[in-house]
Formats: sequence, structure tokens, C-alpha cells
Amino acid sequence: MEKRVTFKGWKLPFLLILPQVIVSAVFFFYPAGQAIYQSLFIPDPFGLSSRFVGLGNFEYLFSNRYYLASFTTTAVFSVLVTLCSMIPALFLAVMADRLVKGAGTYRTLLIWPYAIAPAIAGVLWLFMFNTRIGIVSWYLGKLGYDWNHVLNGAEAMGLVVVASSWGRISYNFLFFFAALQAVPKSVIEAAAIDGARFWRRFFTIVLPLISPTLFFLLVVNVVYAFFETFGVIHTITSGGPQQSTTILVYKVFSDGFVGQDLGSSAAQSVVLLVVVGLLSVAQFKFIEKRVHY
Amino acid sequence: MAREQTGMVERRGTGLWLTHVLMICGVLVVFFPIWLAFVASTVTQADIASPPLPLIPGGHFVENYSRALFSGVNVPVGTMLVNSMIMAIGIAVGKIVISLLSAFAIVYFRFPGRNIFFWLIFLTLMLPVEVRIVPTYEVVASFGMLNSYSGLILPLIASATATFLFRQFYLTVPDELAEAARVDGARPMRFFWDILLPMSRTNIAALFVILFIYGWNQYLWPLLITTKPEMNTIVMGIKQMFPSGDDLADWPVIMATSILAMIPPIFVVVSMQKLFIRGLVDSEK
Amino acid sequence: MKNFAIGAMIAGTTMLSPLVASAQTEVQFWHAFSGRLAELVDAQVADYNASQGEYKVIATSKGNYSETLNAGIAAFRAGEHPQLLMVFEVGTATMMGAKGATKPVFEVMANAGADFDQDAYIGSVKGYFTDTDGQMLSFPFNSSTPVLWVNRDALTAAGIDPDVDLSTWNKVGPVLDQLKTAGSTCPLTTAWQSWIHLENLSAYHNVPFASKDNGFAGVDTELAFNSPLQVAHIQAMGEWAKDGKFFYAGRRNEGGANFRAGECALFTESSAGYAGIKAEAKFGFDVRPLPYWEGVADAPLNTIIGGASLWVMAGHEDAEYKGVAGFLNYLASTPVQAQWHQDTGYLPITTAAGDATRAAGFYDANPGTDIAVIQMTKNTPTANSKGIRLGNFDQIRTIIDEELEAVWAGDKDAQAALDSAVSRGDELLRRFEAASR
Repeated sequence: MEKRVTFKGWKLPFLLILPQVIVSAVFFFYPAGQAIYQSLFIPDPFGLSSRFVGLGNFEYLFSNRYYLASFTTTAVFSVLVTLCSMIPALFLAVMADRLVKGAGTYRTLLIWPYAIAPAIAGVLWLFMFNTRIGIVSWYLGKLGYDWNHVLNGAEAMGLVVVASSWGRISYNFLFFFAALQAVPKSVIEAAAIDGARFWRRFFTIVLPLISPTLFFLLVVNVVYAFFETFGVIHTITSGGPQQSTTILVYKVFSDGFVGQDLGSSAAQSVVLLVVVGLLSVAQFKFIEKRVHY
Repeated sequence: MAREQTGMVERRGTGLWLTHVLMICGVLVVFFPIWLAFVASTVTQADIASPPLPLIPGGHFVENYSRALFSGVNVPVGTMLVNSMIMAIGIAVGKIVISLLSAFAIVYFRFPGRNIFFWLIFLTLMLPVEVRIVPTYEVVASFGMLNSYSGLILPLIASATATFLFRQFYLTVPDELAEAARVDGARPMRFFWDILLPMSRTNIAALFVILFIYGWNQYLWPLLITTKPEMNTIVMGIKQMFPSGDDLADWPVIMATSILAMIPPIFVVVSMQKLFIRGLVDSEK
Repeated sequence: MKNFAIGAMIAGTTMLSPLVASAQTEVQFWHAFSGRLAELVDAQVADYNASQGEYKVIATSKGNYSETLNAGIAAFRAGEHPQLLMVFEVGTATMMGAKGATKPVFEVMANAGADFDQDAYIGSVKGYFTDTDGQMLSFPFNSSTPVLWVNRDALTAAGIDPDVDLSTWNKVGPVLDQLKTAGSTCPLTTAWQSWIHLENLSAYHNVPFASKDNGFAGVDTELAFNSPLQVAHIQAMGEWAKDGKFFYAGRRNEGGANFRAGECALFTESSAGYAGIKAEAKFGFDVRPLPYWEGVADAPLNTIIGGASLWVMAGHEDAEYKGVAGFLNYLASTPVQAQWHQDTGYLPITTAAGDATRAAGFYDANPGTDIAVIQMTKNTPTANSKGIRLGNFDQIRTIIDEELEAVWAGDKDAQAALDSAVSRGDELLRRFEAASR
């Protein structure tokens, strides 16, 4: 899309665009370029010297069992977070959509967790499942189950998934609700007249009609799980136990700032760059589909 | 028509009650951790150390919150709240201002290199700061901006998501308005100020909410560039309130801090709810 | 709490400042202490500041040992580093490898014209931090060695004689059985599992932890702690963990909280646990030598130090280095050293301080407090027990922690875990070797 009507001159637009360009150049493009450049070196932690190793860092990464495991961990984690945050959200949106009165109140109530930072969600859920004083782990203990996410990898994964999905339900709910409200009632009623029951109508008519929103949320939630859940992992498990909750973005931080292996961290950043690029391509392809609906 | 709306599609009676019950359950599940945190912030450490925690608030509200606000664990929570506020508002306002201007330039002017700029901006859309943390840290350090508000704010307004959104919005503004302004001989900035800006109010408001929350909830970046506890923001500072040695965590204060950390963003979201939802849902199109 | 103590200290020193010349040179000192140890350090700093007016030492706690080291490294890259940085012993190779980032202590002292007699420092303590010419690169501040802490009341409550012989692991085993049968939820716990149960285990039994004299002889060293002795020990502990006789609390000193609260009967930990245990334990306690395995030739040899030393960082002014030298001399002075040793359980770093403590009858009045010294000095160290110097050692420790946790959780057996730790750790050693050429 282009504007037919534009203003003359080029001095003014340059001035207008300058702040954005400067900030993006200094704090975005330059560091992104540096990340690629630095991935070819092994620097010493103090920044006093650097050894050029070409693709050596990448070779090291892809032959490292724990880095490859981190891919699997991230994949499992994002799938679980996406499912756990989208399905309840869709369910609640469907319920809310059926209400004439009260939907607005429920929406106001359900919107709160959107504002809560993932790191804080992490603290809240850690508090409930803390091995010494957590209320949920205490009740589980009473029922005979010894909850210990500090030693048990599956429990740790479960906990970070729930903490990450919990706040996300609001976000997805808002979108699903808006999408459902936009479905023309006439189409539904036509199906109802034909004798289709509620769930049949839902799966054969409503779901296809809200599928653009569905795909959009799918991609957005995956991106969220990849990057914005750092706070959850850092607060609850620090990537443990035995790196079973170390997602890719956590590993970049942990190897770089804790392990002082800046070469490996830079190489990991480059890999993530490629992954994000692919995800963006996927997102735009789906958005393009949306526009054509 | 009333009958069609409530008749065939919606069941009355038990169906309606069930729906309400399920919704209320959903709301409760969503609220339970927050409620528990609030209760924990009003009791003593001893109460927490011997589970199970009662589900009604205790009587130490004033004591715990004052302790949190004025002394905290390593820095007063009041200081952290101020830091977060400055950072969040700085990010929201900063990003909105520079993107309003650059989107205006891109849409309403034809100048050499315009397409290049547009694609460059496009590129910044999808790279979150987490992918470039080490070199961005070095850039900020080389400017001496560690432990500073500018260091907290500037790298987070570097991506041009807001520019892109405003561009999309400006493209939907009818050409006639710009045409009329040009015919009247109005300068571009007059058009921008008098016409475009007021029209963008809803989008600006919605974006403000989104960016404020985005800024407030930042975790990794503040974690890296604040090395002095006085510059901690509240969201990243909470993790540092957990002891790294073998001391016991001061749970009441940590929980009080969590509650305090939630209040401003929740307040912003709830009070600007309608604008925000409209902006959020519309802007993603 | 700590905040109040710091507040009082600050109030105290600000009252004195009008008496002092307005242009004071500041010396930033980053350390890794919290709790009681932090209070003691703050007291030393305040005392030094009050004793002279030219320099002002400002002590800041940066978290635990790893966090403090990382903070120091990051600060150096950003040009905002302190003059004095506390680095734990595993960071020694990293600091030694960073020649442009640090100033050797002996040079700093010489340049400042300070009185510095390297021979006054105890050999086995300073040996960890000296270069190949025997010159001290960093200042040994808080060195300790692992010992066995015993909760006498817990033993009595389980019907065991509190003076029972716990000198070998063979004898400890049955005692753990008795404690478990009597209902104890924590018969044995530990702190710093890698340091005590692999590094010190190896040294104590004269078995190598890594090749090339545990890394002292070259950066092309390889890990060797998956030999039969270490595997057998970790296997035994794994079984104790499974049977509930060994309670794992955490990688660092989390077990200290459990022991001080009276929950655990036996606790392997640094001799410097003395400060906290003396302050908080409400039960009778003993300190015993670290147990060893019977039947191993040369055991018990000597244990190696843990703890930290103070490194002087490069890139500061001469005036500030003078202040550093003054502060270090103050710390090494006999009364201050002796007091520090007696308050904390850290080893005295000078022979004079050790002698003064003995002469004052401290060891007689507090039996067991000299065990650490004796354990460190009774035999001549071999190549396997001088200490360990490995690059990326903090990260290697993390790997060891992860693998040991797999053993405690029952996910791996000891051989598999130690083999995995060795191979993963060797990768890091090769990366350090590559970066240090």
C-alpha cells in the first residue's frame, strides 16, 4: 500500500527519521553485527585478547550434547506453553462468548495476569511449590507424593510451563474473545437451524472462521515461549536440574554471563538469530494469509 | 432481534449456570496465586515457615509493606519502584515519540533511501534484545551507561515495532485529509500536529499501555546492566532478594514486593482497558 | 541483621569523617560474604578506616563466590572494577591467566614500599596462590579446609555415644544406620560437595584429581577423578542418599542452614563454618577431622584449602594501590589475623598469628579449633595434595554438581556420572587452553 498524496522535500523527513535511525543503528544493528563477528572468536573473559577460530565455536556447539539437548528442551517447552495457554484461553473465550451479560466483567477480571511479568509469575508459582514451605507441595506431601523440582527434571519442567502459561491465558483470551465476537451470528444460527449441536457447530464452523487468529496466536505464543520466559526460568530453576529446563535463550545468558564463555555465547546468539528469522518468516506468511481472508 | 439472539443459540437455565460456574472457576484459578501472595505478604516469616499457609490475610500488612518499601532486603523497594517507573515511562514515551515521527516521515514523504529505511526498520521487528545481549552490553558499557536510566531505556526502544504499527495506521488515514492540507499550503508538521496526531489518539493510548507493561516487565536487560543494587528495577530486583548463600528467604517482604510490582501495570491495564483491548486486537492486524 | 550492622557502621564512620582530610582515596573491596562473616569483615574495614585518614576502604558484598567473580570480570570489561576483588580458589587459574587484568600482590606491596615478608605466610596456605618462582600473586584472606561437624545432642538422642569414633568413612557408615533407625531425617549432610567429596577426597588419599600435578604443571591437563577410589566413595554416598542417610541440601552451603537449625547430626563442611555454627547452634557440637577410607595407602595425607584470596586489579591509580597495600598489611598484622582466625575458623595465614593463638590458650579453651591447621600441615604435601589449578574451574564445578545431583536423585550410577563429568569438564579445559595461548 502506498500513499498517493505525499509532501515535498527531503530535509524534514530525514530529520524526523533521524532519532529512530540513530537509536536503531547504535543499539540494534551494531550489536547484531557484533554478535555475528564475535561468534568467530574465543575471547578471554576479561576482554584482553581474542583468538580467531572461524567456525570453531559453532563446531563446538553442535557437537555438544547439552546444546543439542537445549533445542529439544526449548521445543518441548514451547509446545507445552502454547498448548497450556491457548486451550484454556479458547475454552474461557467460548464460555464468555455465550454470555450476553457479564462477559465484560469476566473480561476485566481475566485481563489482570497480562500485566504480570513472567519473572513475577515465576516467583508466585515458586512460592506455591517451594520444597520447604510451598502450600501445594505440602499438600502433595500429605497425599504421599514427594514434590522436589530441585532434583526432578520433569517436575521442574512442569512448574516452569505452568508459571509461563498462566499469565499468557489472558492475552490469548482477549484475542479469542474478540475473534469469536466477530463471527457473524447468522452463520451460527443457520447451522443451528440445520440441527447441528453446539460442539459440532464449534468444530466445523467456528474454528475455521477463527483460524487466522488461531495461527497468529500460535506463532506469537511460540515466540513468547522462546524469549520472554527467561524471567520464569531464572527465578525458578536457573536452568536446572541438570540443565533440563535450559532453553536456548537461557543458555546464551548462562554460558556468556555466568560461564564467561563469550565465544560460545555469541555463536549461540547467531543461531538464535537464524531461528528467530525463520519464525518471523512463518509469522508473516500466516499474517499474509489473514489479510486475504 | 431479541428472540434470535437468546433463543436458538444460547441455552437458558442450566446451560447458562454451568457457563457461569466454569467462568468463575477460571477466574479463581487465575487469581489464586495472586491471592496467596497477598496473604503471604501479610503474615510473619514464622507463619510461612510452617505450612500450610492459611488462606486469609494476616495482620502484618503495614509492618511488612513498610519494611519492604523502606528497607527491602538489599535496597528499599520504594527505590526500585521509582526506577521501574522511570524506565517504563521512558520506554513507552520514547518509543512512541520517535516512532510517530519516523512513521510520518516514511508514509508521507518520498525521499531518497526511503525504501531502504523501511526495510531496515522491518528487520528490527523481530529480534528481541535477548539475541544480542552481550554486544549490546558492551556498547552500553563503552558509553559509560551502565547503572543509568539511559542504559535501561535506550536499547529497548531500538526496535521499530511501534514505527511499523503507526505506519500501518497512517496508511488507513484517508488521503483526502492530506490532500486538503497540501492544498491549503499547510506545512507538513502542521498537518501532523493538528490532524494526524489527534486521529492517532486511540492507537497512542493502546500502545502506551502495551509499551509501559513491556518496559515495566523487563527482566534480562536490567539484570545485566545494573551492578549496583540502587539501580535495580522491581521486577528484576525480586530475584536478588533471594539469598544466594544459606540464609532463609524473607518471604513476607518478597511477597509484598511482588504485589507492589504488580500494581502499577495492573492499574494501567484495567483503567485503560477499553482503549487497550481495541488497540491490541486492531494493531495486530 | 546485616542491614542494621552496615547502617551502624556507616553512622559510625560518618561521625568520624569531619576529623579526616576531605580528599580521601577510596579503595573499593568486593567480597562474597553474607551473614556473620560479612559483619566481621565490615568491622575490620571500619577499624582500618578509623585507624588512619588517608584511605577509605569500602566493602561491598556481591553475592556468592561465583557471582562475585563474575561481577568482577564484567566490571573489568566495562572499566568499572574495584581495586580489591575476593576470588575463590577455583578462580585462581582464571585470574592468573588474565595477566593484564591483575597486579601481583608482591609487586603492589613492593611499589607501595610496604613491609611485606612473604616467608611470614604459612606455606600450605600461600602455595595455592604463588607463581612458579614462589612469589605471591594474591593475598590469602580466608582459607579453610573441610572438617566433620558433629551435633552431639542429635547423637545422644539417637542413643549413640557422642564421642563415637568417626575417623573413617567405614566407621561413619554404621553410625548413619543407627541414626536412620532412630528416626533422624538428616543423619549426614554436606556443603560444597565437589570441594569436599571429590577434590579433598582425592588429595587426602593421595590420588590425582587431574593430570599434570592437578594442573599446576600445565594448561594441557586432563581430569582424572573417575578412578576407582572416587567412584567408590560417590557410590557409597549415592546409596546413603537412596536410603535416606545422606540428605542433599544444595551445591554450596545450603546444608549449613539445616545443620545450624539442629536438623542434621553430621555435617561435612569448611572449618569456617565455625563462625555461623558458634553463633546460631543451640546444641552441643564438636569438630572432628575429615573421615577417610581405611585401607588406602597414604591416607590420610593432607586436605587442601578452600576459601578465597584477594586479588588486586589493574588499571587504577598509584595512590589507590598504596591504600590497598596499607589495608592488606593491616589484615596480615598478627592481632587482626589472630582475631579473624579465632572468630571464623579460617586458617591463620601467618605463622605468627597461629603462634599467638596457641600462646593465648585459644586451642585449649576451644577443643577442635586447631584440627583444621593440623589437618593441613601434618604431612608434606605430594603433587596430588598441593591444591588444584584448573581453568574454567567454576564451570567444571557446576558440571560436577550436576552429575552428582544425578547420582543423588538416583538417575545415574557413580561411574557413569563421574565419567560424564570428566568428559564434559575436559571440553572446558580445552577451551581454556585455546583461549590462553
